[in-house]
Amino acid sequence: MPLLENGQVTQDRWYMAAEGEALPDGAVIVPLARLEEGLARAGDAPLGVIIAPDVDVAALRAALPRLELVAVTFPSFRDGRAFTQARALREHLGFTGEIRATGTPLPDQYEFLLRCGVTTVQTERTEDVSVWQQAHTIISIAYQPSTLHERPQGLGLRRFLS
Amino acid sequence: MSTDTTTLPVGRYAYDQVDRTFLSQRVAQFREQVARRVAGDLSEDEFKPLRLMNGLYLQLHAYMLRVAVPYGMMGSDQMRALAHIARTYDRDYGHFTTRQNMQFNWIRLEDTPDILELLARVDMHAIQTSGNCIRNVTCDEFAGAAADELLDPRIHAEILRQWSTLHPEFSFLPRKFKIAISGSPHDRVAARFHDIGLVARPGPQGRPVFDVFVGGGLGRTPIIGVKLRDNLPEEDLVAYLEAIVRVYNAYGRRDNMYKARIKILVQALGVEAFREKVDAEFALMNRADYRLDPAIVAGIRARFGIPPLEAPADADRTLAAARRTDPAFDRWVRTNTHPHRHEGFICAVISVKPDGGIPGDITADQMDLVADLADSHSFGEIRVTHMQNVVLGHVRKDQLHELWQKLVAARLATPNIGLVGDIIACPGLDYCALANARSIPIAQKLSARFANPELQERIGPLNINISGCINACGHHHAGHIGILGVDKRGQEFFQLTLGGSAGGDVAIGQILGPALPEDETVDAIARLIDTYLVLRHDNEQFLDTYRRLGAASFKDAVYAPA
Repeated sequence: MPLLENGQVTQDRWYMAAEGEALPDGAVIVPLARLEEGLARAGDAPLGVIIAPDVDVAALRAALPRLELVAVTFPSFRDGRAFTQARALREHLGFTGEIRATGTPLPDQYEFLLRCGVTTVQTERTEDVSVWQQAHTIISIAYQPSTLHERPQGLGLRRFLS
Repeated sequence: MSTDTTTLPVGRYAYDQVDRTFLSQRVAQFREQVARRVAGDLSEDEFKPLRLMNGLYLQLHAYMLRVAVPYGMMGSDQMRALAHIARTYDRDYGHFTTRQNMQFNWIRLEDTPDILELLARVDMHAIQTSGNCIRNVTCDEFAGAAADELLDPRIHAEILRQWSTLHPEFSFLPRKFKIAISGSPHDRVAARFHDIGLVARPGPQGRPVFDVFVGGGLGRTPIIGVKLRDNLPEEDLVAYLEAIVRVYNAYGRRDNMYKARIKILVQALGVEAFREKVDAEFALMNRADYRLDPAIVAGIRARFGIPPLEAPADADRTLAAARRTDPAFDRWVRTNTHPHRHEGFICAVISVKPDGGIPGDITADQMDLVADLADSHSFGEIRVTHMQNVVLGHVRKDQLHELWQKLVAARLATPNIGLVGDIIACPGLDYCALANARSIPIAQKLSARFANPELQERIGPLNINISGCINACGHHHAGHIGILGVDKRGQEFFQLTLGGSAGGDVAIGQILGPALPEDETVDAIARLIDTYLVLRHDNEQFLDTYRRLGAASFKDAVYAPA
């Protein structure tokens, strides 16, 4: 499926570097094991990193100022660790760049992803983009704080989404 | 914001248009998810967590729908809606569960969106009654009414219900996650058998503080929860719980569902290391974002209707007089009531466990009657207990006799609360896809065997808990006498555990010996109870006798009948 941002299809300017392949020029996402190599690359081409769900995002602290993108992974939609990683990147590490969800999250998880700080989704799933767009708008009210700091509704913990 | 709490429904949080909009959106979302499943756009594997988060299970014979009764509180209008659903979509009855919810056992998938819509019309839902998310929060069934209460826990239970509802970070946890909250020094919520147990009381300046227990649970690996934190201030309640669940989400095991509960993580790390991780997360958080401001609490408290408690000055004497003239009523008052904070009122427990009946099953007609009685005798308010019974929380003492007479006529006046007949049982192999043995027939036989109310009262407080498999939905580890169904080469056998308790004297029952064949189990338990009656000191309770003497004194009775 194409890259999604705010429920809309968007152009992907990033290249995902594979194992053992020389790093190209331009915007490239490297696996965590190749982060040092990416950081040592000449010039100031945009750099991103992809992490597995068992990674403590604090390990990215030193590199984060030089990263424009962190990709988190859903090896299965049942594995919700990436929600906590995304939220920690935003709240604890102050990361303001792109957080990309990869792997196989469900469209039904789209609002959860956004509220935890994810900005783009690049899923291996195949359903029509309209299913994701609908999942983005079907619920308009939430009952807890999130990284998006939505407008409080006035009673209790409630707030309006979007 | 309305602060006129006398016009709001009593005992539960009153929805407004925002809450109702949310529920209708949630129903629309599920309707769309069902349509995608039917069209084949979602596989069963993908659909499963979505339906579970709307309370829909696929059981042995049919779909089962578990309707949320948040912290056990509902109104007569809501009970009538459940009766209507039982008549229209099920087989005329429903089943109260140990998590204070109601289950329907014979539901069609295609009907579920319509049922959820009916529920939404009375501000009810089935959200997060299942799935690997934070489940329905449970609470003291006498909350806001009990004489021994220090702090009404329902306000914070509602806050936790809202906080956990579609929580973006915690809706795909390693496993289910259960929270209980009590505001009484007498633990009636089994706080230390929960993933998180909260015990609330007034702290400095009367502001609530919480003792936080974590990592308790039953199931395959029964563990008593440990105290993680004393005197947590109210304003940090949400932040601290976020920190706990974050640590669990990040580090809980996902490779083996039987080792995925937070209790396993707490044990694996050790309490100190677990506490360090939670404290580190808590220290990093921007607490202002998560602060539970007193104004937020006040806003939610203001949505709870408060009953106008006015009783005649002689209500107590009227009740005493009725008890003197009617011994059966007197017995029921002894066993089935609880002291109220107002001297003219009393809490009445309606036993949903008639002699020989199925624990927790209630017919549609009985539901309607309970709704009527709640209207006439308890400000329209109904509570479901984790013992699978029903409570009318605020009954005027001078009207209790009249209430009892109506209950007698409906077979809802069994005087067995806390006694042998008040058995907790899971659905077992009659319904459940996981079970190894049938729990219900054992419960029915035991209940019939000990039907004599005089005998039950003579035996005294005794909790029997029955589970049809090792997953322990009947909480057998926590029973004074626990019964666990096991499968031996296709035959149903039952293993006994003794000495468990879910209360303040919390304990995990010990296995007595080899499992018994189905047809010997009830007789063996009867001999065990006879032995206790012989061995006990004056009026000593079963649990105390067992603790004084140990298992050996009971082994012969069970395994070597005279």
